[in-house]
Amino acid sequence: MFGFLLSRAGFAVITILLASVLNFLLISLPPGDYIARLEAQQSRQSGVVTKLENVRVRYGLDKPIIVQYWKWITGFVQGDLGLSMKYDTEVRDLVGGRLVLSLILSTATLLFTWAVAIPIGVYVAVRKYGLADNILTIVGFIGLALPNFLLALLLVYISLFWFDAKSVGGLFSREFRDAAWSFARVWDLMQHLWIPVIVIGTAGTAGLIRIMRTNLLETFGEMYILTARAKGLRERTVVWKHAVRVAINPLISILGMSLPFIIGGEIIVSIVLNLPTLGPLFYEALLLQDMYLAGGILMILTLLLVIGNFLADLLLVWSDPRIKFS
Amino acid sequence: MTTATGDTLRSSQQEEQHKSVSVRAVQWRIFRQNRLAILGLVVLGLFFLVLAFGDFIAPYRPAMLTPNPLAPPHRLHFRDADGVFHWRPFYYAYDKVRDMKTFKTTYVEDTTKKMPLRLFIRGDSYRMWGLFETDLHLFGVNSDHRVHIIGSDELGRDLFSRLVWATRISLTIGLLGVVISLVLGALLGVISGYYGGVVDVIMQRLIELLMSFPQIPLWMAFAAIIPVRTDPLLVYFLITIILSFINWTGLARQIRGMTLSLKERDYALAAQAMGASDLRIMVRHILPNTIGHMIVISTLAVPGMILAETALSFLGLGIREPMLSWGTLLKQAQSLHMMAQAPWVLIPALAVVASVLAFNFVGDGLRDSLDPYER
Repeated sequence: MFGFLLSRAGFAVITILLASVLNFLLISLPPGDYIARLEAQQSRQSGVVTKLENVRVRYGLDKPIIVQYWKWITGFVQGDLGLSMKYDTEVRDLVGGRLVLSLILSTATLLFTWAVAIPIGVYVAVRKYGLADNILTIVGFIGLALPNFLLALLLVYISLFWFDAKSVGGLFSREFRDAAWSFARVWDLMQHLWIPVIVIGTAGTAGLIRIMRTNLLETFGEMYILTARAKGLRERTVVWKHAVRVAINPLISILGMSLPFIIGGEIIVSIVLNLPTLGPLFYEALLLQDMYLAGGILMILTLLLVIGNFLADLLLVWSDPRIKFS
Repeated sequence: MTTATGDTLRSSQQEEQHKSVSVRAVQWRIFRQNRLAILGLVVLGLFFLVLAFGDFIAPYRPAMLTPNPLAPPHRLHFRDADGVFHWRPFYYAYDKVRDMKTFKTTYVEDTTKKMPLRLFIRGDSYRMWGLFETDLHLFGVNSDHRVHIIGSDELGRDLFSRLVWATRISLTIGLLGVVISLVLGALLGVISGYYGGVVDVIMQRLIELLMSFPQIPLWMAFAAIIPVRTDPLLVYFLITIILSFINWTGLARQIRGMTLSLKERDYALAAQAMGASDLRIMVRHILPNTIGHMIVISTLAVPGMILAETALSFLGLGIREPMLSWGTLLKQAQSLHMMAQAPWVLIPALAVVASVLAFNFVGDGLRDSLDPYER
């Protein structure tokens, strides 16, 4: 087991290193020197020269690219994400609060996906080709086919016309937007969270229901299910304790694979709904080619993903004893 | 597959009335039984017609401005205002009415101006497939007014003509992108599976690395660094390459898996014993056996490409004007104001959904018929 985890951890570290190289290339790829643009932007102000000199030394922009990379990555490890050109502040300060909300949103989506997909998957597997099964198949297909940015627009549209417009757009009501964390603020967040969570989670939920259904149907054909039934166990026990327990393992192993989609969906949906998460900030940074900001966020997203993958591996070891003993 | 034909042959010898059936025929029979797959095939056929005959199907040029911005879709009538039935359906031209309080323009049908629908009508000229000049269009009206069967956009451009052009771009990005991923994936997958060892380990780690990136943000980042003044055609190709750059990994993995088992088969070993080169074994003996599987996974990969392109273009990072794609058309629908005032700008979304579903249905059908053991 430790061998397995160690190799996964080693792989995670290598991934992060290589990802950082790719990220840095992205940062330095746009044509035009960072300094040159900063100069053009700030040439009207006084006292610019010393500041520019500071920036140049900080990023080693007059040195070879390897040195620049080294300065950037060592800075990153120490929490120095660079300087945003647009906002003229530290990237770290811009990203902090938004990162927390992004994490909350992604985690909520993940929980939503699983909490909805597993019971429904079990239900439709038990009642194969029933009405619910057919309806869910259709809904699932549409969920897969509808781009999530469009689903976001449609849901906002619907909720504006049919419901109270309170819960649309943003993650907080006005009075809580800049307030400190409190119970009331968390409650307010909960009330706003459901639209983005549904939007981001729909496609994933549809996919998971299909997988859960197939796995469970396969498991129902196994001999130990027959044995359990022959022992005279109640059907509920057979389904939940004998079949689901086994059918859920493959789902955990694809948990890691579903994370990129959740993070990607979170970014796009946040842009459309203009949520105070990393998405809109990343988008804006890309449009303005504010590359330290964009690169920093991309690096953080990659880190989240790698950590998420590692946690999924841990979960797999915990849930599937076969790995533990091999 | 070979045993299946063998069995059929033997049984046909035993019973004279049984006809021998080719593998193709069996596959087609299985495919035909899947109604959704047939539906998908029909829809895809329509899309491909649009792809091939776009200039002919679109009544107007996609950039042509008309004086009717945000006009709702024209309604086709058979019965005119006096209740008289006409065999040739017709549209009414719009009258613009301006609300003097809100200054909002609304469109009212002018029942004195009838525009009969005509098929094979002369209109703007275009070069068909770059071969010959023609001005024939599938449908249209003989009138100073234009007909917008699914409405017009903010600048009064005909949405249907724009949708036709966007369909060409969006579909070809999906198809071209999958072809690129397929070539890359098949090549690297076969090499990785065939040689094994260090090559395999490096390749697998590389794939895992690419897979552990957050795809959409990475696509966005790559797309965003394409310089603003790049030629739209070049942007189109670059976007396609960016999309397939990450997409080939899944394919390579599956081909690798198949290669691992195929290279141990008797015929592969026999070829090796006869002194065939590695290249020959890979190209002549292993790759042909993965074709069924490749067709299935590439059909199922097209929707992902289409959705990714749509999302990128929707955000303004993908296809750029004057080129059109489903994403750039949907970009107009971004504001709630627009959705409330002119819901028909959302119609291109139906094309996205229809194409994605069609590719999925056909892919599922193909899997059942070409690749029965992979279910």
